[in-house]
Amino acid sequence: MSENLVEARGLTKKFDDFVAVDAIDFDIKKGEAFGFLGPNGAGKTSTMKMITTVSPITDGKMTVFGLDPNTQGRAIRSRLGVVPQEDNLDLELTVAENLFIYGRYHDMKKSEINPRIDDLLDFAQLSERRDSRVEPLSGGMKRRLTIARALINDPDLIILDEPTTGLDPQARHLLWDRLYRLKRDGATLIITTHYMDEAEQLCDRLVVMDEGRIVAEGSPRQLIDEYAPREVIELRFQEGEKDGAALKLEGIANRSEILADRILLYTDDADTTQERLHNRGIHPEQVLVRRSTLEDVFLKLTGRRLID
Amino acid sequence: MSVEAPSRLTPIGRVTPFRAQRIWEKNFIAYRRLWKVVFSGFFEPVFYLFAVGIGVGALVGDVPGPGGALVPYAAFVAPAMMAASAMNGAVIETTFNIFFKLKFQKVYEGVLTTPMQPSDIAIGEIGWALLRGVLYSTAFVVVMFAMGMTRSWLAFLAIPAATLVGFAFGAVGMAATTYMRSWQDFDLVTLVTMPLFLFSGTFYPLDVYPPFIQNVAKISPLYHGTELLRGFTLGIVDWSMLGHTGFLLVMGLVGAAVANRRLDGMLRK
Ligand SMILES: Nc1ncnc2c1ncn2[C@@H]1O[C@H](COP(=O)(O)OP(=O)(O)OP(=O)(O)O)[C@@H](O)[C@H]1O
Ligand SMILES: [Mg+2]
Repeated sequence: MSENLVEARGLTKKFDDFVAVDAIDFDIKKGEAFGFLGPNGAGKTSTMKMITTVSPITDGKMTVFGLDPNTQGRAIRSRLGVVPQEDNLDLELTVAENLFIYGRYHDMKKSEINPRIDDLLDFAQLSERRDSRVEPLSGGMKRRLTIARALINDPDLIILDEPTTGLDPQARHLLWDRLYRLKRDGATLIITTHYMDEAEQLCDRLVVMDEGRIVAEGSPRQLIDEYAPREVIELRFQEGEKDGAALKLEGIANRSEILADRILLYTDDADTTQERLHNRGIHPEQVLVRRSTLEDVFLKLTGRRLID
Repeated sequence: MSVEAPSRLTPIGRVTPFRAQRIWEKNFIAYRRLWKVVFSGFFEPVFYLFAVGIGVGALVGDVPGPGGALVPYAAFVAPAMMAASAMNGAVIETTFNIFFKLKFQKVYEGVLTTPMQPSDIAIGEIGWALLRGVLYSTAFVVVMFAMGMTRSWLAFLAIPAATLVGFAFGAVGMAATTYMRSWQDFDLVTLVTMPLFLFSGTFYPLDVYPPFIQNVAKISPLYHGTELLRGFTLGIVDWSMLGHTGFLLVMGLVGAAVANRRLDGMLRK
């Protein structure tokens, strides 16, 4: 029997008349890393807030750990670890004190909390900043501290809302590494992101959200196989030549996508497509061949890109 | 199918119904480093007492206290300083400080992802303002006592009375904060507390005013607080003190109820 930690059916969130989450269904299994991929305003955070029971459900049904978020919020939250989209560390407290007080909010004893703080600071690579104030920490450090804080109660389910948005590549990779470790140790993770590489790297299964709805669902590989041919050729042209080239693309690849700055050709065989380009006298300034990604899946499904 | 919770380190059974005291714990940790702020809260009314009570008192001599008996000016003005400082302390704590945490740091949004809930925060923060108040009023009464400004052992009842003043203003302050949009709105706070401070029978008996103005001044919650404290420190107690107590109690309870409701709506969208 597979264990579902979260089950949602027709889950809906409205703000007045505006529908932020539009009757979505999903199950999150114990031990998996589940992703919500979608652009700004897709409804990811609204969904997370309903799962964490801080936002009342407008319509539909959901259970978390088999409990009802409307009436058993405290019990649910006592087993969650939450990393919000915006850091909300307590600036009046030091690094270690931020962890300590969350342990207390979870009714842990001081003797339980203190050894855990040591472990978590080590995990977050913040041991040296233990007694530092929070304000001067870098963005990556604050994020790691927020993750450590979410782990203080040894949660059964960890919810991360855009864990790496706004971080530089180095800080992102360090964070991914920490999340991998959690995964390896059997944690159940929910991750929202608008970075397809993040979803590809971290998620076992994901849903693609757009305008409050789920538009596709599966493992990263499945989604790419299903919605996008294997390879993508990106063409960039000199000033004014793109439109002319766009007229000559008929039948050259499985599918083409004409963007503001470039043309994307989706194909199962990049070599043949490139040959055809040459034969038709299309000479781009720059040609880049790459494997297709979830970004391409998203483009196919919605006609828009994930990050504007 | 949903299933039973997996085994865990912190037992789920430990979900207590009341945990406002966690907010005190947090504030206590933070204030350990902010002891200067704590001290200023004590010295401000003491400085006023020296300047106005003793300085001005030397010029004024005795004034009619509650019931009409003449008392030294310092003994008259000291309980009013104490009431005003209870008001100011509670108002500053529940308006400026809470607003900052609510709007800019979003601290409470994080707190609410733990088993804490909005009522814990409302009760915890108002309670914290009171706790600080108790500390200050105790110190202040001791100073008054040492300087011979108290007339009765009843003076020590001024401590719970000042706490009641703090509760009334803290609860209303917190409720008001949930309506604040920007820092500009805080000018209103000063606009309300300043005249209360000046015209609540703080520096002179209300009967210097014509009867109409006297009645207006009696709406002032600080007037009720001042009368209550003055009665205790001067040892002049009558039934009107029940009325003052009732006024402040109702004000505090209404404020706390509104604060709790509003906070819930703001934080759980
Ligand atoms: N409290 C609120 N009141 C009114 N509208 C809201 C509120 N919170 C969110 N919305 C709206 O709901 C929609 C979904 O927002 P949500 O924050 O869930 O999106 P998101 O997928 O997390 O986006 P992002 O990637 O920008 O974080 C947005 O259009 C947003 O403006
Ligand atoms: Mg979001």
